[in-house]
Formats: sequence, C-alpha cells, structure tokens
Amino acid sequence: MFLTFVTFLPLAGAAFLIFTPKENAAAIKQTALAVAAADFLLSLFLWTNFDNTTHKMQFELNVPWIEAWGINFHVGLDGISLLLYVMTTFLTMICVIASWDVKKYIREYMIAMLTLSTGMLGVFVALDLFMFYVFWEFQLIPMYIIIGVWGGPRRVYASIKFFLFTAVGSLLMLVAILWIYFHIQETTGVATADILYITEHLSAPLGTQKWLWMAFFLAFAIKVPMFPFHTWLPDAHVEAPTAGSVILAGVLLKMGTYGFLRFNLPFFPQVSYEFVPMVAWLSIIGIIYGALVSMVQIDLKKLVAYSSVSHLGFVMLGIFALNPYGIQGALIQNINHGISTGALFLLVGVIYDRRHTRLIEEFGGLSKVMPKYAVCFMIVALSSIGLPGMNGFVGEFLILLGIFQVNAIWAACATSGIILAACYILWMFQRVMFMEAKNPKNLALQDINIREAFTIVPLIILIFWIGLYPKPFMDTFDTSVTHLVAKVSPDNFGPSPRNRHDDQRGKHARLITPTEMASLHHKLQAPKKF
Amino acid sequence: MEPILAPESIDLIALAPVIVLSVFAMMVLVVDLFGARDKGLLAFISLIGLLMTTISAFAKNPIPAYSFNDSYTVDHLSLFFICIFTISSALAILLSVEYNKREGIRAGEYYALILFCTVGMILLASSSDMIMIFLGVEIVSICLYVLAGIQRDNHRSNEAALKYFLLGAFATGFLLYGMALVYGSTGNTNLFKIADFMQNPSAQSNPLLLMGLVLLIIGFGFKVASVPFHMWAPDVYQGAPTPVTAFMAVGPKAAAFAAFFRVFAETFAAMAPSWEILLSIIAVLSMFFGNLGAIMQTNIKRMLAFSSISHAGYILIAVIAKNSLGSASLLFYMLTYAFTIFGIFGVIIILGRKGEENLEIKCYSGLAYKHPILAISMAIFLLSLGGLPPFAGFIAKFYIFSAAIQEGFIALVIIAVLNSAISFYYYLKVIVYIYMEEPTAEFKVSMSPLTLFVVLVGVAATINIGIFPGSIIALASH
Repeated sequence: MFLTFVTFLPLAGAAFLIFTPKENAAAIKQTALAVAAADFLLSLFLWTNFDNTTHKMQFELNVPWIEAWGINFHVGLDGISLLLYVMTTFLTMICVIASWDVKKYIREYMIAMLTLSTGMLGVFVALDLFMFYVFWEFQLIPMYIIIGVWGGPRRVYASIKFFLFTAVGSLLMLVAILWIYFHIQETTGVATADILYITEHLSAPLGTQKWLWMAFFLAFAIKVPMFPFHTWLPDAHVEAPTAGSVILAGVLLKMGTYGFLRFNLPFFPQVSYEFVPMVAWLSIIGIIYGALVSMVQIDLKKLVAYSSVSHLGFVMLGIFALNPYGIQGALIQNINHGISTGALFLLVGVIYDRRHTRLIEEFGGLSKVMPKYAVCFMIVALSSIGLPGMNGFVGEFLILLGIFQVNAIWAACATSGIILAACYILWMFQRVMFMEAKNPKNLALQDINIREAFTIVPLIILIFWIGLYPKPFMDTFDTSVTHLVAKVSPDNFGPSPRNRHDDQRGKHARLITPTEMASLHHKLQAPKKF
Repeated sequence: MEPILAPESIDLIALAPVIVLSVFAMMVLVVDLFGARDKGLLAFISLIGLLMTTISAFAKNPIPAYSFNDSYTVDHLSLFFICIFTISSALAILLSVEYNKREGIRAGEYYALILFCTVGMILLASSSDMIMIFLGVEIVSICLYVLAGIQRDNHRSNEAALKYFLLGAFATGFLLYGMALVYGSTGNTNLFKIADFMQNPSAQSNPLLLMGLVLLIIGFGFKVASVPFHMWAPDVYQGAPTPVTAFMAVGPKAAAFAAFFRVFAETFAAMAPSWEILLSIIAVLSMFFGNLGAIMQTNIKRMLAFSSISHAGYILIAVIAKNSLGSASLLFYMLTYAFTIFGIFGVIIILGRKGEENLEIKCYSGLAYKHPILAISMAIFLLSLGGLPPFAGFIAKFYIFSAAIQEGFIALVIIAVLNSAISFYYYLKVIVYIYMEEPTAEFKVSMSPLTLFVVLVGVAATINIGIFPGSIIALASH
C-alpha cells in the first residue's frame, strides 16, 4: 500500500495543481517541489526498509483490477527496480528545481512533470503485464506534451517522432503480451497476466519464443535506444526543454534496459542466450557509432544525446553478458548514466539559458568567466568518460569484466568506445571552456547561481559517492542479479547451444512440455489458492 | 366482445422496446403537429421515450426469448445493443437541441426521425430472420437519408443526403439479392434454421450460397462503411448536420455490426473458412485506407469519417474472431466508441457558431490556452480513439485483439496494431494544433449547457471505463 501511495503521490499532486489558480506561479512551483521532494524522501524510506538478502518482491500489493480477465493491480519492488525507482523520484525533484524559470504555462508544465513521474514509477513497480503496458504507454502522453509545448523550434516534429517510434515498438509488444496471456491460460488453466507467475510458467515452443522475444526486444530496443532504432533520440533530446532531456536520459531510456532485465531475460532465457551475439554486435556498433557521431556534433545537446547512444550500448552489452559482473555493471551504469548525463544536460541548460544557443563554436574560454561552472562541468565530463574514482568507472569496469568472460573481442571493441568518449568529451570541453574567450557575448556571463547549484551539486556528490564507495548501491541488487543469472544460465535449458554440433545430447534435449509443466505446477501449488 | 389476442407466436412483451419507442415517436409527431413552439419539449419527450424503452427492454425475463416465429430475438447481445442505441440516441438528441436552434433546423420531425431510426436499430440488432434484418436496415436507412438532408437550404447537406440515398439504395439492393440467394440455396430466411441447415457439409459448397454471402458482405460492408464500400462516408459525414453525423457514426453502425455478427459469426460460423479471408481483406483495407486517408484531411469531420472507416476495420476483427470474446468485445467497443464520438462531436459543436462551423483542424490552434477544459476533453477523446491507455479506447482495442489472438489471427492483429500506430499520427496532429500552436484568432464558442453536458459525460465515461473497465466487461461478457 505504501508503495502504491508513493507511486501515485505525484499524480495526486498534479490533480491538486489543476485547482490552483494559474496566476500564482510561486505557489504552483512550491507545491510541485514539495510533492516531488516528499515523494523522493518517501522513496528513500522504501530503500532503507528494503531487504537486500532476498530476490523476492517487496512492498507488494496485489488486488484484483479487472476480475473478468484475471488482471490484478500488482506492484512490488525488487533489487532490479529499487534503484531505478529511487532515481526516478530523485530526478523528478531535481527537474522541478531545474524548471524554476519556466515562464510559459508553468502550471501545466508542473502538472505534466508530476504526471510523468507517476507514469515512470508505475512502469518500474508494475508486476502485471497489462498494468505494465498501461503505464508504459501512459507516460508517453506527458513526455509528448513536455517536448511538444515547451521544446525548441522543431519540437512538434521531435515530439511526434518520439511518440510514434515508441508506440510502434510497444504495440507489437502488446501482441506478444496477448499471446502470452492466452498461452498461459491454455497451458496452466490460470487466466493471469502476472509477471512473476508468467516467469515461472511460460513454456512456449522455442520457435514461438523467438518471435515473442523479438516483439519485446523491439519495444525495449527502441526505448533504450539501440542502434539502429536510435534516430528519435537526438531529435527528442535537442528539442526537449532541459528538464525534459534530464528525465528522458535519466529515466525513460532506463525503462528500456529495465524491460530487458524484467522480461526478455527471465521470460525467454534460452532465446536470450541464443541472441547474445546479435545484441552484442548491435551494442558495439551503437557504442562506436554513437561516439563517432558525438565527435562531429556542433550542438552541445546533440553531442550529449549521441553520447547516450554510446553509453547505453555499454549497458546493453553488460546485460547480455548474462553473468553477474555484466548485469551488476549494467544496473549500476544505468544509475550512473542517469546521474552523469542528467548533469550534463543540466549544465548545457545553464549556458543555454544565458546565451540561447548551444553551438560549441559560440563558446570558448568560459572557464575564466564562469569558474565554478567549469569545475562542475569538468567533474561531470570526467565521470561521463569513466575516470577512476568516479561513478562511470565502476559501471564500465564491471561491464567490461563481464563481457570479457564471454568474448574478448567484444570487450576490446567496447573498450575503444571509452577512448572515443574521452576524445569527444575532452575535445568539447576544451573548445567550450578553454582557449581564448573570443566571443564578446560570453564575457559578461553570470556564474552558476544558487538554484542551479542545488540541481547540480547533489548529482556531483553522487558521482563521487558511487565512484568511491559503491557498496550501498551494489548491495541492493546483488541477490536479485544472482537469482536472475541463475535463471538465464545455460544449465537450465540443456547443453549450451555453442557445443551443440559436437554434442549428441543436444538433439534429445527438449523443453519441459506444457502438460508436464501444468501437472508439476498442480502438484506444487495444490494447497495454495490462486 | 371477445378480446383481441395476439397469436401465440407473437410475444408482445419481448417486443416491448420497439412498441414503446414507436409510440413515443408518434407522440412526438402529434405534439409537433399541435403547435409545440418549443422544440425543447419534443426533445424532452424523446428522452423520456428512450428511457422508457431501456426499461421496457428488460421486461422480458428470462432471456433468450423469441417472438414472431423466432424471427425476433431477445438475448444478451440484443439487450446490450439496445442500451447502446438508447444511450447514443439520447446523446444525439442532447447535442441537437441547441445545435438545431443555432442552425435554424426547425423541423419537429427531426426528433421523431431519430426515434424511428432507433426503432430500426433495435429491430436490426434483435432480428434472427433475414426479412426482419431487411426491415431494420430499411427503417434505419430511410430515417438517415432524411436526417442527413434536413438542412434543406444547405447544399452540402443536400449533397450528403442524395449521395447517401443513391449509394445506400444500391447497397440495399445487394443486400436483398444476397438474401434471396441465401434463401434460394437454404430454403429458409430464419437464421436459426439456416444455421441448422449449415451443419450439413454438402450444403456449404453450394456456389449460389457463396455468391449470396458475398452479396451480403457487400450490403453490410456498405452499411458499416468499410473499404471498398466506404466512398459515401466522408462526404456524408461532412455534409450532414454535426449531431446527425455523430449519430450516424455510432448507432446505425453498431446496429449494422450487430446484424453482421449474427449473420456471419453465428449463422454461417460453419462456413467460416470461406468468408473469413474475404472479411479479413476488407478489414485490412478498411484500416489502411481509413488511417491513410485520415492523415490527408484538413477538415475535422472528414478526418473523423476516415477514422470511423478504420474503426470499422478494427470492429470487423471481432466479427472474424466469432468467439464469445468477439461478441463481448464488439459490445464493449461500440459502447466506448459511442461515448468518445459523441464527446468529440460535442466539442466540435461548441466550437462552431451559426454560419461558421470552424471545421478546419487549424481553427483549433491554441485552444488549450483559451478553453483548457474543451482542449483536454478533445485530447482525451482523440487519444482514446487511438487506443492509448488509460482511456476506454485502449481497453476496447485490447478486447478485440484478445478475441482475435485467442482464435489465432495473429497476422491480422499485427496489422491492426500497426494501424493504431498510424492513427496516432493524425490524432496527435490535432493535439499539436490544440496544444502546441499559438492561438491565431479569438475563439467564438457557443458554450451551451446541454452540449457541454454531453462532452463531460463523454470524458467521465472514457476515463472511468478506461481505468475501471471491470463492471462493463462483466456485463458484456455475460
């Protein structure tokens, strides 16, 4: 119940704002901030009460929603979703502060922001496929509005592109969800869309599983975004207002990687295992392509946007290493990317607010004019590169460690991405911060103010905290990752596909049939009522 | 004197809704004749009539019950449909009162025609005999021809009526010819007897029967405006008075689908392999043509006409699925569609004034900043039509898709979801104008309480059914 409360608190705040007179901008902003901050503190409370020693769902609530279809309102958190959940409330709070100077329709803006927050939180806590889908689509609306109303010159194009890309992917996922629903009903006799139940009982033929996997893959790969589905991202990022970009990079992209961990891997372990090379190569292409394209960008925001493609490639690579290092690295890198890229967008927003341009060539020598700003930017930039002692290093190192165990060539290719990251970030930093301050418009720029410091300093603290002492973060998902890895381990589905050609057993190995599954399930669950 | 008793095969209680509504319709005519200056009174009588009809529909217990030698059926499907019809007719009347005053439509028979049309729809949804279906189709069509052209001094309205009449008469011919061929090859007009006859496998391969089915599909396809029999829809939707357009888009269409479902999914279920593929092609074409056509439109009524063509495609999937989920999803879809469509047309009516209806989509620029409630209502309706959660349209589509998936029509569902994605484009385009453009001109709204009431009912239903669909699903899937 508490979790539900925390999830829907922002929506309640948004509903409250509807009745606030729109002339009273200060009160609107303060209310929004109060709601967001309260939500963040409550989510911290969830974290402190979280039991690290189990992979099971916690703070669960399971009540019937659409009884005729066996669909429940089922929420819960485990190690995989907890940090993402907390990060969502945290970034929402930061974004409300960062949007303090929004002039246009501030009330509608805050309503959209808070609604978006509930939509995203819902995605991370939903434990029913139907519910998950509802939240997954629902959060599109406020984000679409935020980009489309408060965005840059090409905002309409960018917002529609964002919406349609995500919608196409997720609609195919809907077909897969329906198929799974009826399949589960047929094989086990239980009409349910419960994710935990499906994880335990899904036993489709391998050929069908591949199709289902592809449907989920498309939805999540577009969201992540993986190469070649990334084209919506630069447009959306460039046109979105600063806070929109932060949320987009910090949370929305993570919904994609979360989807892989929650659905693709546990639902279809064997298929995931077989698709590892494809995903790995797409990720590597994404890493290198994203980095190379970043290098030639003339717009700061676009540079950061393409760097996201590159960084998310790392996360995907870590997930599909399918070993503890890889997945732990991916999870922590999820958080890191949210913090570092979020901070980068905030910092770009700071100079955009002052100069109304983001072109790199317009700047130069800012370190003399805005020294505090330059220091913050340096820290964040280095964290984005993955300098030891900062958060990026922990994640990338773990991911590389994980992927190296699978394939050394992949690890080598991915490492080149880190070098390229250093190139584009440092080169950009040099052109913006150092060199001579030629442009007279830059000479009188204000350094970072208190409000902006309030948005960036917490992120910098986290950068060092995760970089130096990641244990509290890593502990939350340790057990869940171990459980997940055991689930996707090739031991579960007969001889590994790689040895199949020289292993005769492979021909006879088969999946447990639905009827066997049903009878087993019947035996196990006999005394328990569903 | 001996009381006049109806023959035993005629069960008047089962027929109660038809009788009650006919009486009220005639009452409207009579009251109009004796100088009711205030047309509001006629609307009021009509609303009472619809309410009484709904109540009387539940008089027959237990169901299913049959009347007129099994040619009239009271069952779960027809009862639910009667509720959809009365709700949609009531909403249409509420929309009409102020619109008619504004546009100078004085004809009192307007309300009587809506009621008679509703009678036809009830007959259509309850009929289990092809003759009865034909009667229903004709009653509905003739009322609609007149309603479409009721603005006599408006040439668009005239064009709509004439076009609808010519094409409609032609389609009715097809329908009747199809019925004749089916009768010729099965020896029956009663749907139950035909269904029995179909159990015999040798009967199924009769080429005359197949020909008859094709002609029936053409006839029904026209009535539900599916591609390639859709050509009339955009012009008629655009030309007819706006409340009539809303009425046409929901009630008669639902009625035609009810008959469609009874004839194909129930009667000729045994022959499914032969008509399934044809209907699938029509469904796919309707979705693609409807959605792609809607993208091009600049007039909101035309856009909604094309969108309704694509919706006919989605609903056809429920007919093709022909299982119990299919009939339930058909009911659910039509109910949610009714609320959404009347809501949208309500907003459209509010945003127009006499002489300038403001039907171009670009007239809506910046609506959100002048009339936030109308804007958010419109956005909710459009997103619901597109099928976005948490609105009712999503559940409705989900319902239809699940019916099809259960029967294994996966390719059809994939095409349908891709079409949903296409449809988002033009629904979003309207939202772009509403939310993302600056207001160009002052909005001259005619904020009338009854119309606003319809809009708010639509919003409440769209959200409520979207978030708590449980009770309606339970009703639909009896």
